[in-house]
Amino acid sequence: MENNNAPLLEMRNIKKDFFGNQVLSDINITLNAGEVLGLVGENGAGKSTLMKILFGMDVIRETGGYEGEIRLNGQAVKFATPFEALAAGIGMVHQEFSLIPGFTAAENILLNREPTKRNIASEIFGPRLDTLDYKAIAERSAQAIQKMGVQISADMVISDMPVGHKQFTEIARELSKEQLKLLILDEPTAVLTEKEAEALLNSIRSMSAQGIAVIFITHRLHEILSVCNKVVIMRDGYVVKESPAKEIDVPEITRWMVGRKVEAAASAAEVRKFDNAPTIMSIRKLWVDMPGETVRNIDLDIKEGEILGIGGLAGQGKLGIPNGIMGLYEAGGTVEFEGKPIPLNSPRKCLDASLAFVSEDRRGVGLLLEESLEWNVAFSAMQIQNKFLKNFGLFSWRDERAIHAVTNKYIDELQIKCTGSRQKAKELSGGNQQKVCLAKAFALQPKFLFVSEPTRGIDVGAKALVLEALKRFNREHGVTVVVISSELEELRQSCDRIAIVSGGRIAGILPASESSEAFGALMVSQVI
Amino acid sequence: MMRKEHAKLNPKRLLQDNSVPLMFVVICLICLPLAGYSPSYLLNELVTRMGRNTFLILSLLIPIMAGMGLNFGMTLGAMAGEIALILVADWQIWGIPGIVLAMIVSIPISILLGVFCGNMLNKAKGREMITSYFISFFMNGVYQLVVLFMMGPIIPIMHATLKLPRGYGIRNTVSLLNMRQQLDNLLAINVGGVKIPVLTFLIIGVLCLVIIWFRRTKLGQDMRAVAQDMEVARDAGINVDRTRIIAIVMSTVMAGFGMIIYLQNLGNFPTYNAHVQIGTFSIAALLVGGASVEKASIGNAFLGVILFHMMFILAPETGTTITGDSMIGEYFRTFVSYGVITVALIMYETKKRMIKSQTGHLLALAQKEEEERAK
Amino acid sequence: MDRTDMEKTLENRDLMARFSFAARFGLPRTIIAGFVLLLFIMAPIVGADLTMQIGNVINRFSWNAVLVLAMVPMIHSGCSLNFGIPLGIIAGLLGGTLSIQLGFTGPVSFFMAILLATPFALLAGGGYGWLLNRIKGGEMMIATYVGLSSIAFMCMMWLLLPYTSPTMVWGLAGKGLRTTISLTGFYEKALANFLAIPIDPANGLYFPTGTILFFAVLALAVWAFFRTKTGTAMTAVGSNPLFARASGINVDRMRLLSVVMSTWLGAVGILVYQQGFGFMQLYMAPNNMTLPTVAAILIGGAAVNKASIAHVIIGTILYQSVVTLTPTVMTAMIHMDVSEVVRIIISNGMILYALTRKVKGGSK
Repeated sequence: MENNNAPLLEMRNIKKDFFGNQVLSDINITLNAGEVLGLVGENGAGKSTLMKILFGMDVIRETGGYEGEIRLNGQAVKFATPFEALAAGIGMVHQEFSLIPGFTAAENILLNREPTKRNIASEIFGPRLDTLDYKAIAERSAQAIQKMGVQISADMVISDMPVGHKQFTEIARELSKEQLKLLILDEPTAVLTEKEAEALLNSIRSMSAQGIAVIFITHRLHEILSVCNKVVIMRDGYVVKESPAKEIDVPEITRWMVGRKVEAAASAAEVRKFDNAPTIMSIRKLWVDMPGETVRNIDLDIKEGEILGIGGLAGQGKLGIPNGIMGLYEAGGTVEFEGKPIPLNSPRKCLDASLAFVSEDRRGVGLLLEESLEWNVAFSAMQIQNKFLKNFGLFSWRDERAIHAVTNKYIDELQIKCTGSRQKAKELSGGNQQKVCLAKAFALQPKFLFVSEPTRGIDVGAKALVLEALKRFNREHGVTVVVISSELEELRQSCDRIAIVSGGRIAGILPASESSEAFGALMVSQVI
Repeated sequence: MMRKEHAKLNPKRLLQDNSVPLMFVVICLICLPLAGYSPSYLLNELVTRMGRNTFLILSLLIPIMAGMGLNFGMTLGAMAGEIALILVADWQIWGIPGIVLAMIVSIPISILLGVFCGNMLNKAKGREMITSYFISFFMNGVYQLVVLFMMGPIIPIMHATLKLPRGYGIRNTVSLLNMRQQLDNLLAINVGGVKIPVLTFLIIGVLCLVIIWFRRTKLGQDMRAVAQDMEVARDAGINVDRTRIIAIVMSTVMAGFGMIIYLQNLGNFPTYNAHVQIGTFSIAALLVGGASVEKASIGNAFLGVILFHMMFILAPETGTTITGDSMIGEYFRTFVSYGVITVALIMYETKKRMIKSQTGHLLALAQKEEEERAK
Repeated sequence: MDRTDMEKTLENRDLMARFSFAARFGLPRTIIAGFVLLLFIMAPIVGADLTMQIGNVINRFSWNAVLVLAMVPMIHSGCSLNFGIPLGIIAGLLGGTLSIQLGFTGPVSFFMAILLATPFALLAGGGYGWLLNRIKGGEMMIATYVGLSSIAFMCMMWLLLPYTSPTMVWGLAGKGLRTTISLTGFYEKALANFLAIPIDPANGLYFPTGTILFFAVLALAVWAFFRTKTGTAMTAVGSNPLFARASGINVDRMRLLSVVMSTWLGAVGILVYQQGFGFMQLYMAPNNMTLPTVAAILIGGAAVNKASIAHVIIGTILYQSVVTLTPTVMTAMIHMDVSEVVRIIISNGMILYALTRKVKGGSK
């Protein structure tokens, strides 16, 4: 029974946890037909998870489903797959393009929904042998493009298109679905030029006028204000503010987004000043080609002995800085360490200069998953500094005893939970794997340490331990540490200064004692 | 990345893209006077070989379209065709009816083998070629088991002429004398001493039309989508695994027909190794025609069959003329077949890597531009 | 809470793995091991001489073990199965023919053959490794065809190279090498006769102590190499190339080194094979060595990216047992000689099994 008075979408008391880790608590959202809702929040605030629940993505079901109720036109629904969500009239444009590169826009818009004509063969062998009706394909894709209100060429091949047009092709694909009632746009303007973004906003307005509701996720706050009826701000899995767009402004949204957690406020770091300390690393005009995290024109000076935080929203480029300097992704510019230039694009040279790096990609770059903890901890130090080797004159062997000893030392020191130093790295939990990565870097006894996303995907207890270990390493051994993290609060607790990367550049550097709001403003200042 | 518009007209690119066919034109031109064959002999041979091989080569097109690379598993279809021919020969159904019946009998065998092969390849995504290569070897073992040991005791074979003297298993050569060139001779015409097997060419023509038509069907479109991005295709609701299996089954069935056409032309076949080299030679011919691992057209197939077999005809005689040893030419053509496949595979892999290495350069340029604007 | 659960399941799986032989050993491997066991049990029942069979297995093991060992370095460095082993074999053949051509005889000719093969192996291995570094991810297919093309190329060369030794060239033409060259008087049994222990001298069956020792020395060298710093780096490259690169390892150089090692071992391997077999086979023959070698190491328990000396030994014994025992035992049992078919199905089936298993991590 369809109730005409019921709102198009109601989400009631939505809760979700990933293995005991609460990521969404009591979310209530109501949306009427034709309404545009702006959804904002820092990375990790729970926006994406919420949208995944609404869209019936597999990952939700695989991780134990969700609690609460979703009502569409007053009727309770529970989507097991995205296809069911699509059938119910929900469309979603993801951050990552989902297009066939060698097909034209029209072919992509109607992918797997092509209008066909029957023929003799298809009568016998089934509808998959229907011939494509190219005329109808052209017509229907033209209609969808018309509906969107942005002109793109329907017969252009995707791989020849500028990135913005790919985005519009995706939107047109959703609009070509007759049953579409609600469209979710996940950071659609991130890849658009200013003009294109303006066109997109106009198109959202026209969709809304046609009765299609839109959920619009973006970090560009002024866009939200110019196009949305309603703004919902999320933080740490809660809806912290819901307001009509007219009654709120950008500074207030920022405040709500990054607003300090009550319990975190108590333990703000004791900030040390390093104004007179020598510069240990100076970065000039650095560019790094790390897909999804490119940066350019980075100038940054790092003082000896400090802990510098690098923060910023995901995709803005903060991860590119350590990965570029350490030679894992192609980079250019100059980096000087202790007054001597460090050649880029050569991990070996960086390690030789006593730099070390704990990668954010633990399983891909950080660990030998198939090998023992001993290998993981000792390998780099053995290869770079000839440690843990026993010399037999002509040749030298691994010194298994020394390796065993050093691994056990770090297992104790970092409280790594394992069955023994010979256990394979892949059998450890995320937090313990992270500790192994730290142990690997510590075993190098570096002068300078990059730590990228040290707490991503690990539980609260391990988080505190990891941060504590880093602080201790910095304080006791005088090692300069640069922590790159998406979690601002974490940086504020452990760092002395924090640089914020926005739009592939350094937006500003502030002492860690500065207010969250000030950092929040920097984060969204140059968002692309 | 924008594709450069003028790339199509660039003569250097054109030369690069067609380097393999051009190389073969040069080889053939060098060999031509050295071999010293008369034009009518050459043309006759070439036309015969075109009729014999083209269907087999065309069977490779569909898996390439579905992004599964060169289907070394086409040998499976060839085996199905051979089994069908053995059975039909035993039933003593000859001539055109025999050929048609053999084709019909080969279909279920091909489908069975194709489904097996397709399923295996779905478990080995990203290394379809090496897997299909070993599937063909594996199936060769099974084929021997069936033909050498099961035919007789388990699969009834009536005629002793087919069987080995020991009472089971098929002889080393199966004679198809009563079927020999029946297809080729029906409707054949003679133009200036060159026999043209019109019916065979008609069948090949029909297959080409079917392939062209198939590209415009929903299934063909799905295959092209699956070839380019399996994830996207799956997200759009296309059953990727099934689509890939269908592609392999189609290829296997076509290869079965192709093998029957091939063998009726020869008139007899060595039971245990007729199919061994058929995959290599068909794939090499297609590549010689300018096809690559991810792109192949009907034109490539025709050009390839002409150039490759021209080389095949000329090489032994040329080798004898130059070195006085006929074996040199034999080995040369084997070398060329393997070599051309090697080169095609290397080009395919290096191209995959080249696309990646461009972006860094562009970023450096963008930064420079920006700095200049700032000044 | 969930983590303790996970730990528990991990533990359970560990236990299961420890106790379930099949799970640890892999299903096809268990089947093949069972099959071999059955063959050994059936052998005396059907009237075959078990001592002789075992003696044969040992001898065939000694011929093939070094070739199988040649798989190890490349698997370790992540270049996957070395389908390009014909390249090493060709280097070995060049060494062998040159040694005879230059007039060396007896055991000296064997060591000269290794010496003469070495530059070819280094050169071929270097070029081959350079190529494989350019086509990471597509190694197996290209290796196969590089092997095939080089065999075909050498077929022409065997005819054209100016060899003159009358023991090797065709008698009538006086040029062009024969397809099979007898090594009697050269290095036939050069290693095997060293300290040979008679098993069944009436049938010419001896325990090839020398060959086994030679293999042991090479295997020990390979084992020792993988305990050095460079060896450790090579293993890490195979285990996770990104990790190795981030740790400052030159991934390409490690891979190149492993390919050169594999190629050289392949060259030595074919010479060891020839000294046992007593003949040198040219032309298309190297092609027949690839499959048994790859299949043997897989049967031994190696995966596409993990292999050890134990895998080499177990695999070669199992594979050669199948090859030696099936003809006698199976033929006696079912009165049909299905040995060839069994061999084809087992070796290719094993490779297919390895290829279609899910590989985690890696490049894709």
